[in-house]
Amino acid sequence: MKRKNLVIALAGNPNSGKTTIFNALTGARQHVGNYPGVTVEKKEGLVKYKGQEINVIDLPGTYGLSAYSPDEVVARQVIIEEKPDVLINVVDASNLERNLYLTVQLKELEVPMILVLNMADIAEKNEIKIDYNLLSQLLGIPVIRAVGSKNEGIDEILAAALNIRSTPANITGRQMRYRQDIEDELAQLQEQLSNPAMHEAAAVSEAETYINSIPPRWLIVKLLENDQEVTRRTSGMISQVFMERIAHSQQRMNNHLGNDTEMALVEDRYAFIRGICREVCIRNNVNKATITEKIDDILLNRVLGIPIFLGLMWLLFQLTFTLGAPPMDWIDGGVTFLGDWLNGHMADGMLRSLLVDGIVGGVGGVIIFMPNILLLFLGIAFLESTGYMARAAFVMDQVMHKAGLHGKSFVPMLIGFGCSVPALMATRTLENPRDRLVTMLVTPLMSCGARLPVYSLLIAAFFPSQMGGNILFSIYLIGIILAIVMAKVFRTWLLPGETEPFVMELPIYRWPTLKSILIHMWERTWLYMKKAGTIILAVSIVMWGLFTYPIVDEHGQEYESPTVQLENSYAGQLGRIISPVVSPLGFDWKTGVALVAGFGAKEVVVSTLGTLYSIEDEEALSEEEESSVQGFAEKAREQSGYSPLVAYVLMIFTLIYVPCMAAIAVMKRETNSWKWPAFTIAYTLVLAWTVSFLVYRGGLLLGIGV
Amino acid sequence: MKRTLKDLNPGEIGRIKSVTGHGIIRRRIVDMGLVPGVELTMERYAPLGNPVEVKSQGFHLSLRKNEAETIILE
Repeated sequence: MKRKNLVIALAGNPNSGKTTIFNALTGARQHVGNYPGVTVEKKEGLVKYKGQEINVIDLPGTYGLSAYSPDEVVARQVIIEEKPDVLINVVDASNLERNLYLTVQLKELEVPMILVLNMADIAEKNEIKIDYNLLSQLLGIPVIRAVGSKNEGIDEILAAALNIRSTPANITGRQMRYRQDIEDELAQLQEQLSNPAMHEAAAVSEAETYINSIPPRWLIVKLLENDQEVTRRTSGMISQVFMERIAHSQQRMNNHLGNDTEMALVEDRYAFIRGICREVCIRNNVNKATITEKIDDILLNRVLGIPIFLGLMWLLFQLTFTLGAPPMDWIDGGVTFLGDWLNGHMADGMLRSLLVDGIVGGVGGVIIFMPNILLLFLGIAFLESTGYMARAAFVMDQVMHKAGLHGKSFVPMLIGFGCSVPALMATRTLENPRDRLVTMLVTPLMSCGARLPVYSLLIAAFFPSQMGGNILFSIYLIGIILAIVMAKVFRTWLLPGETEPFVMELPIYRWPTLKSILIHMWERTWLYMKKAGTIILAVSIVMWGLFTYPIVDEHGQEYESPTVQLENSYAGQLGRIISPVVSPLGFDWKTGVALVAGFGAKEVVVSTLGTLYSIEDEEALSEEEESSVQGFAEKAREQSGYSPLVAYVLMIFTLIYVPCMAAIAVMKRETNSWKWPAFTIAYTLVLAWTVSFLVYRGGLLLGIGV
Repeated sequence: MKRTLKDLNPGEIGRIKSVTGHGIIRRRIVDMGLVPGVELTMERYAPLGNPVEVKSQGFHLSLRKNEAETIILE
């Protein structure tokens, strides 16, 4: 099969500047998606060079090609299955030894390869001299000098890729050799593998296809490493007899080398690389403190480290929410204007109601988050590409690790105080899928900004003003404590297993390119709009339907007031149905309806209560004028008949129960399935009910606030 | 008493003798180039005492103390 387009894939370590090279190659012509079944991101782009369309795949950044992390499995999977014409291995020129470790493993996959020594300017500044020609000779593949951030070497990469395609001879270059003992075993096993007796009589076709698509030498190396994925995928073809041979080889080597095979293979790779580096690389300033080290002396200082971290987090929060507020107001104003305009220019009726309250309101509900997401990812892209994010994890890990989370979980949880939507998206900074999932599950427990109006109103109405601050603080604190407890619970029972290693590179500090940051921002926002936006819009329309229909009573008469209409709507009926469930918490059915409405957006709990209790001043509430809030609060107290205890329980329930639909939509998009959002809805409902029940019954028993 | 990476104070230098432990943690450590024979410097402890930062072959790495404990020094 001959493809029309040339396909090249970029492989390299995290922090090797691979993404910068990818951006330089493809510009804005990129597409981001997910690999099926995993949360690993799939990035592809297109570039036109000398009249040739070239597809570029950006593989996940990895340090090796083992089966231990999903990123590494995906990277090798793409190379094996999509068979790129050329593999571009991007390496950090100032960190050759560790980067070449991936190179020698990539070469074992026997795909035509080009080595790109990226960030060559930094290496040169640090007085590291590299003999490119000799390196190319020793590895048997082309080597190109590049500075991705300055577009240096990009044309050369494309030219070399085209060149390799036209001259496919001896493309894989020289293979590295392991120590003689291992090579002997490899040769023997390879010969045995070609014997049909070593294959299952009835080979499973998938296993056969897989084996035919990988080099036999690589297969044997992986079997010797006890690579679980390769063992599993080939088990339908490779016989038990051969696996016993593998076990024998491992045993022989263990006795011989005094070390297990997996370690011996790793050590040999590094020994081989050290040999190369000694020949091609001269370091002049081994002991001089670098700029990065000087910066870290301050940023990771034992005394200053945490205050600086907290300060930067404060800035990130302010950037996202304070700077994001004015554009959100403009969007809000625009949406209101459009709604009013439609109201003024269309005849009253269902179509107008659908347009104004369902569609315009729904679209507004989607784009209202855009300023937050853009600004948050501006901040995150900056923290990540400068290299500070790894330091943030370093500073916070001790605290987060106790809760079964990762140092990097701090950022999404902090952002959660502003809004769960960008917070859930921020979990992308966590590489490990289990850490990421647990963080996503508990982030909605951080009390977001939309829940604040609910608290403000209830506190103003039911508690003396001098107690307000403490009441509010206690609600936030309950959220934090529950998040920590639930994280521990999920980590122990729901997603148990070996703790993920924290072995993490602290990359050198560098200035990000504006282009990289803008692309990153846009990518995230677009993903949100496309994937989560459609769900939010759909749910908005469903919610509108639930609260609007039926529009007439059983006699075909219009309802006398919005209150009566709401009481009789499907949502109102639903509220009545669930009332036995919420009555043990001290809630009446009207509160039930308001909680149903809160799924759309939590702040709606207040306005729905307002409509149900016919509290006229609800418009004034959004103005947040002290006097109107007071007025509204007074009426709320008179009309609802809540005791302070019930009001407090309602706050707790609002804090915990189901994240709003926008958060659910984002969760669906981020986890690639409905399973986790469904689980989150279920667990938060159960948790909300249980905690509320305990507080309510406890309060009644002790006679507090009744 | 075996000396491990965890026992190094900031500023001290050690040479790796072996990496014990198993599974993903060991593999991640050796994949990062912390293999027997390699020299490393303890750079610092995190403000809360854990994790730690080490320098080896020109790059910086952080790891938790229980991970550092699996790296036996000469």
